[in-house]
Amino acid sequence: MSSVNSDDLVVIENLDFAHAYGAHPVYQGLQMRIPRGKITAVMGPSGIGKTTLLRLIGGQLRPQSGSIKFAGHDIPKLSRSALYEQRKRMSMLFQSGALFTDMSVYENIAFPIREHSDLPEEIIRTIVLMKLEAVGLRGARDLMPAELSGGMARRAALARAIALDPELIMYDEPFAGQDPISMGVIVKLIKSLNNSLDLTSIVVTHDIAEVLTIADNVVIIADKKVVAQGTPAELQASDDELVQQFLSGAADGPVPFHYRAASFADDILGSAAEQKGTGNAG
Amino acid sequence: MLDRVASLGKTILDSIAGAGQAMVMLLRALIGKPQLRKSWPLLMQQMYSVGVLSLVIIIVSGLFIGMVLGLQGYTILVDFGAEQSLGPMVALSLLRELGPVVTALLFAGRAGSALTAEIGLMKATEQLSSLEMMAVDPLRRVISPRFWAGFYSMPLLAIIFSAVGIYGGYLVGVRWLGVDEGAFWSVMQSNVEWGQDILNGIIKSLVFAFTVTWIALHKGFHCTPTSVGISRATTSTVVTASLAVLGLDFVLTALMFG
Amino acid sequence: MESRNTQLAVGFFVIIGVLALLFLGLRAANTNVASNGQTYQLYAKFDNIGGLKERSPVKVGGVVVGRVTRITLDGDYYEPLVEMTISKDYDEFSNSSSVSILTSGLLGEQYIGLSPGFIDDTVEMLDDGDYIHDTKSALVLEDLIGQFLFSQGND
Repeated sequence: MSSVNSDDLVVIENLDFAHAYGAHPVYQGLQMRIPRGKITAVMGPSGIGKTTLLRLIGGQLRPQSGSIKFAGHDIPKLSRSALYEQRKRMSMLFQSGALFTDMSVYENIAFPIREHSDLPEEIIRTIVLMKLEAVGLRGARDLMPAELSGGMARRAALARAIALDPELIMYDEPFAGQDPISMGVIVKLIKSLNNSLDLTSIVVTHDIAEVLTIADNVVIIADKKVVAQGTPAELQASDDELVQQFLSGAADGPVPFHYRAASFADDILGSAAEQKGTGNAG
Repeated sequence: MLDRVASLGKTILDSIAGAGQAMVMLLRALIGKPQLRKSWPLLMQQMYSVGVLSLVIIIVSGLFIGMVLGLQGYTILVDFGAEQSLGPMVALSLLRELGPVVTALLFAGRAGSALTAEIGLMKATEQLSSLEMMAVDPLRRVISPRFWAGFYSMPLLAIIFSAVGIYGGYLVGVRWLGVDEGAFWSVMQSNVEWGQDILNGIIKSLVFAFTVTWIALHKGFHCTPTSVGISRATTSTVVTASLAVLGLDFVLTALMFG
Repeated sequence: MESRNTQLAVGFFVIIGVLALLFLGLRAANTNVASNGQTYQLYAKFDNIGGLKERSPVKVGGVVVGRVTRITLDGDYYEPLVEMTISKDYDEFSNSSSVSILTSGLLGEQYIGLSPGFIDDTVEMLDDGDYIHDTKSALVLEDLIGQFLFSQGND
């Protein structure tokens, strides 16, 4: 049913999106391609709507216009049931892990399998143990999510995300708030899962150093659209100021240090009336 | 001045939008074929946390309210030499009003706030989003079993409340204050009726169950997913649900007994 | 198992609820009312019904056999017409029965007292929709006082 000849699993075209409660658009005319079987890193300053992008691909948000094609299906135009059908083919690793707090680790991972299949208990057990083995948490199966460390919770959530053998995994800030060791573990897991399970991965992050070591393809988003795209090597060679600012982490540059405001002098002297804009929600 | 009108307009629009959201949520949660094999254990789980766990507070409050009714009623009725009417007074106040209403208020405070906080927290920790991304409809999986659990539990709780309350009135009236036991029950029996009193009380309770559970679920499901948002939503559940119960009680009483 | 205990607790919860309902139904409410089961209607015209209301009881010798279900004004002279719904358990009232509007106690509610008439070959039994012709109206306190004063004045 998918377009076999295409190399891109996700194709976004002319996407316009603004949150219902905010007047400021998040994306305007966004164009993006996610190649099949590769790891794509999506980077950009905070608050630019990277998580929003994942939710758009997952169909949790609907854009005002434009198309988001997942394996040839235009996600925003799908009916509810068709959308749920497509969601079985993708999964998302949330920033907090989002494990169900009232179930053990084992039950958490068995949950999507139980919901979507009528497999007998022994087979479910085998699958769950396989997935736990893949993330190295087979010994932690009887723990409750509250008993796990942050890194372990994220790995358990990763095991749950691959429980149904999806084609696409979206990682929302997988490295945020992790110590260097668990960060290294997750980097390694993303890479090895992508290769061994023939997945397509989208990693949204600010942790440039980590993600550049595994990404096949990097997309930098700023100012409501894609500003740069290419392999890590291509981007590091780029002479675009914004790309360089982002990769080197300079405090000021094309992305200003200051939140939009009236000039400082006007503000303290009180002559500038209320001119503050409201921010983009990300 | 115009700003005030505008803000009033915004409030009205927001509340209409909220009501619409709540309606859509409920319809989507309830429409569609239920999968009995999967939803039965979920319903049991929720009946437990919504119903069984509210049992103690309902029984204790019912007993005390019945005892207070017995005591107060006796002191008033004895002046008219009508202490034999204590039975119907206690029974009718409980069955028609206090049983359904106080149960609904306690339920809003005990179970309603817990429902809102639980769902709000599930939203804040992205568990609801996570369900959606697993192609599991959170409305079916999370909202629907909680709704039905509330809808079935509250009338049962109200019946238990009334029964325990009548027993409390009996304890005080007959055992303590010495109203004749035979008169207590027989005068009660000749004044209390199945259809008019017991059934109407149950109907009231069903309406309250629907309202309180719906408000609690809506507030949780559509709350702002932050700690402030959840605490506001929880407070708002208790306040809105209590006011709705009292208002609806007036309307229902007017329809049934007016 | 955790889920077994949960189910057990919920089961007990429902059983307690049903028991409470039975308690209310059997202990607190009168179950032999005309409102459930088979009933039939009788009618009676009064000059004055006093404080009689719909749902007021109809009693025979103090035993409730039915209730007033409707009160209307009937005929050219607007006479109060009372519809009584009587349980089919008591369907052997003769044509010669009489009804009167009585008051329970000094301040109590008004009710209809039904006195069964004599039975012999000449009288027929009352059927659904029949009228009871022998009626006594409610005593209205103001009228009584008026009569008393009037009779005093005549002396």
